[in-house]
Amino acid sequence: MQKHLVNLLAWVDERFPLTSNWKAHLSEYYAPKNFNFWYYFGSLAMLVLVLQIVTGIFLAMHYKPDAALAFASVEYIMRDVSWGWLIRYMHSTGASMFFIVVYLHMFRGMIYGSYRSPRELIWLFGVGIFLCLMGEAFFGYLLPWGQMSYWGAQVIINLFTTIPFIGPDVSEWLRGDYVVSDATLNRFFAFHVIALPLVLLGLVAAHIIALHEVGSNNPDGVEIKKNKDPVTHIPLDGIPFHPYYTVKDIVGVSVFLIVFSAIIFFAPEMGGYFLEANNFIPADPLKTPAHIAPVWYFTPYYSILRAVPPIFNSQFPGVAAMGLSVMVFALMPWLDRSPVKSIRYRSVTYKLWLSLFVVSFVILGYLGTVPSNVWGTFDAATSVVGGADRATIVARIFTVAYFAFFVFMPWYTKNEKTKLVPERVTG
Amino acid sequence: MANQPVDHGKRRFLIAATTTVGGIGAGAVAVPFVSSMLPSERAKAAGAPVEVDVSKIEPGAMITEEWRGKPVWIINLTKEMSATLNKHNDLLTDPGCDVTSQQPSYCKNATRSIKPGLVVVVGICTHLGCSPSPKLQAGGDMGAAWAGGFFCPCHGSKFDLVGRVYKGSPAPTNLVVPPYKYLSDSMLLIGDDSKGVA
Amino acid sequence: MNSLIMKRLLLVISLSLPLLLQASESVHLERAPINSSDQASLQRGAKTFVNYCLNCHSAAYMRYNRLSEIGLNDTQIKDSLLFAGEKIGETMKVAIQPTDAKVWFGVAPPDLSVVARARGVDWLYGYLRGFYRDSSRPSGWNNTVFPNVGMPHVLWQLQGQQVLKPGLHSDVAQPALRLEKPGLLSPKEYDATIADLVNYLAFMAEPGKQQHQKLGLIVLLFLSLLFVLAYYLKKEFWKDVH
Repeated sequence: MQKHLVNLLAWVDERFPLTSNWKAHLSEYYAPKNFNFWYYFGSLAMLVLVLQIVTGIFLAMHYKPDAALAFASVEYIMRDVSWGWLIRYMHSTGASMFFIVVYLHMFRGMIYGSYRSPRELIWLFGVGIFLCLMGEAFFGYLLPWGQMSYWGAQVIINLFTTIPFIGPDVSEWLRGDYVVSDATLNRFFAFHVIALPLVLLGLVAAHIIALHEVGSNNPDGVEIKKNKDPVTHIPLDGIPFHPYYTVKDIVGVSVFLIVFSAIIFFAPEMGGYFLEANNFIPADPLKTPAHIAPVWYFTPYYSILRAVPPIFNSQFPGVAAMGLSVMVFALMPWLDRSPVKSIRYRSVTYKLWLSLFVVSFVILGYLGTVPSNVWGTFDAATSVVGGADRATIVARIFTVAYFAFFVFMPWYTKNEKTKLVPERVTG
Repeated sequence: MANQPVDHGKRRFLIAATTTVGGIGAGAVAVPFVSSMLPSERAKAAGAPVEVDVSKIEPGAMITEEWRGKPVWIINLTKEMSATLNKHNDLLTDPGCDVTSQQPSYCKNATRSIKPGLVVVVGICTHLGCSPSPKLQAGGDMGAAWAGGFFCPCHGSKFDLVGRVYKGSPAPTNLVVPPYKYLSDSMLLIGDDSKGVA
Repeated sequence: MNSLIMKRLLLVISLSLPLLLQASESVHLERAPINSSDQASLQRGAKTFVNYCLNCHSAAYMRYNRLSEIGLNDTQIKDSLLFAGEKIGETMKVAIQPTDAKVWFGVAPPDLSVVARARGVDWLYGYLRGFYRDSSRPSGWNNTVFPNVGMPHVLWQLQGQQVLKPGLHSDVAQPALRLEKPGLLSPKEYDATIADLVNYLAFMAEPGKQQHQKLGLIVLLFLSLLFVLAYYLKKEFWKDVH
């Protein structure tokens, strides 16, 4: 039996690099031994991607991308299809979990300098994945054809209208109609189930190939390839990904699945953050819901959009700022000039800047979920801000802080007072 | 790396245990996905038993009802028609209706029906699923020897008046008799033969 | 360990998200006194729904046979809830045409299958008890929770007729109502009837929810077992790493 398997493997290896790939990417891919909590989220993102693809395929078997049928077909899945409710909740919860996991994964990259040389391309592919994910979320959100689906798409597409000169034509072209309609739904379905998933898979492959080319960073930001065993040429601080990180990731996966299942079975709406109440009302092009806000993962950027005042009667600066707030992550490898990578050895100044960024992101995220008059308005007699919504002014301050983190990065990182980075990784 | 002895037995046990539990989990997750492809509640409701009033079918005539998207024929045989049935047994593939999948056990009789002379069959050819055309009268365009029955236009299968297939047809078996029962003397319920109250 | 604190922190944050939203709810509504496991209440609610609501409002995603989940058998459903000629596997449709309804009421009566998920049970409980006489409205009725509502008070014979307390307008946060002409039911009985109805609407918006939660417990127990095994597996292998 054993002998037959060996022969079979040899037969395959002559025709396909199975064993060599297994070695290159798992059993002889040496990862730093000091990965901590933050390093779970890469593999978890991969898990959620697989879950979204599988549940998506099964939802597509029952869903109808037709304005007259879409809403009903979702309820059909929820009620009439055996286990349809579970598959749908896995998909809707998976969307939010994807962003939670990816945001934590990105934050990991930021605190340990995983975007720094020689990992710039990993980071750029990652930004590409993030953009794709936002596209997937946006297109997918229209499909249930509820009120939030409809008006969310309406508002976002109208953002393109603000682009000078070509804007109105662009948004009409995107919709394929004068309003969001059946044509829009049908093409969003195509983007959501075919176009973006293909791009996404390609980018994920590129992300991992690039990672395995240069090797993983670690919480110390030390290059483990600099200290190799003179005989075996294996990094002294490296351990084979398999079995050590496979067994570790299984622990992470089981914890993730516990949280994931708790939401699916007990709180699939997550208090209106994952599934919004207004989306249980079928799309009505004649009636806008009283308060519309994007799903939570878009709210920081939405806040930035709302915070930027119109300039020369044009909303375009706000739209541009929103776009920039997402794209600016791509510049990080070239903005950061610090001599060290990991936050463990960086200055207090940098830590303060990073904290300011995190606080800005969270506050902008919160403000994006509530109406801009949530905190009332300033007294008309107040100088400068008199009469303005308090929340808008706060959003403006933190929008400036958000961008300041990136804009001033080359200066505050250049002559940073860093701590001494050890030769080898620490515990 | 290892400077303390590795307990291989413990590792093997833990690997086996984790793999087993993980495997059971993966298998359990597969169940919802596989079952989601079964007929949904809507399909089941659409495929629910159909009630038919059979009192208005003239002797020698037939009606067609839809059950689960398939045509079901209800044929009221005349005495003469019934009398011809046992005359061509040697020309049939399965004259005694011995293939049990083609009719419920209570219809394994001369007219393949609960009430003699009132035939209920699914009008789908057992060859490749076309619906045969009724040629109830003897003779006619089917030739002088034709005793009355059904002719499948797709590949030429021939069936007699109670849906038994003639030898030489591409169809391998007799037409299917669906499960059915009588709610009253004239009310037929196609698709349900359970004994309890309907 | 640092990572353990992080995990706990994340768990706390994720579980407290729903609380944040509730805190920001601005309209004050009384809590609907409903119990989703009270089958008698659900059955009474189903009867009220079929008798009063289902004449104009459909519940086009709800199949009659799903009422078995609230303890009704097929014969009971057929005898007391089904209109003549309907089948038990069918959904709760209405004979009224949406276009006709639009002419009569100004708006087509919305489908109520998922109304409890769209509006919330507290809103429904307040709405169905908030009708009052208002001669300025075409239907003669207005509502404290849904100002200028198109629907007349269908249950007025049960509740009687309420009026706004003098000196108050419908635009104050919590308008007070006074029962002017009593109905067939006492206010207490009426509130209980509405609670049953809302209970049923909540069931209908997501039938099977109780079973989901039961299954969820099993899944969580199973995953905890997987976690324990995975944890010891990891610990065993990582003895190698120094």
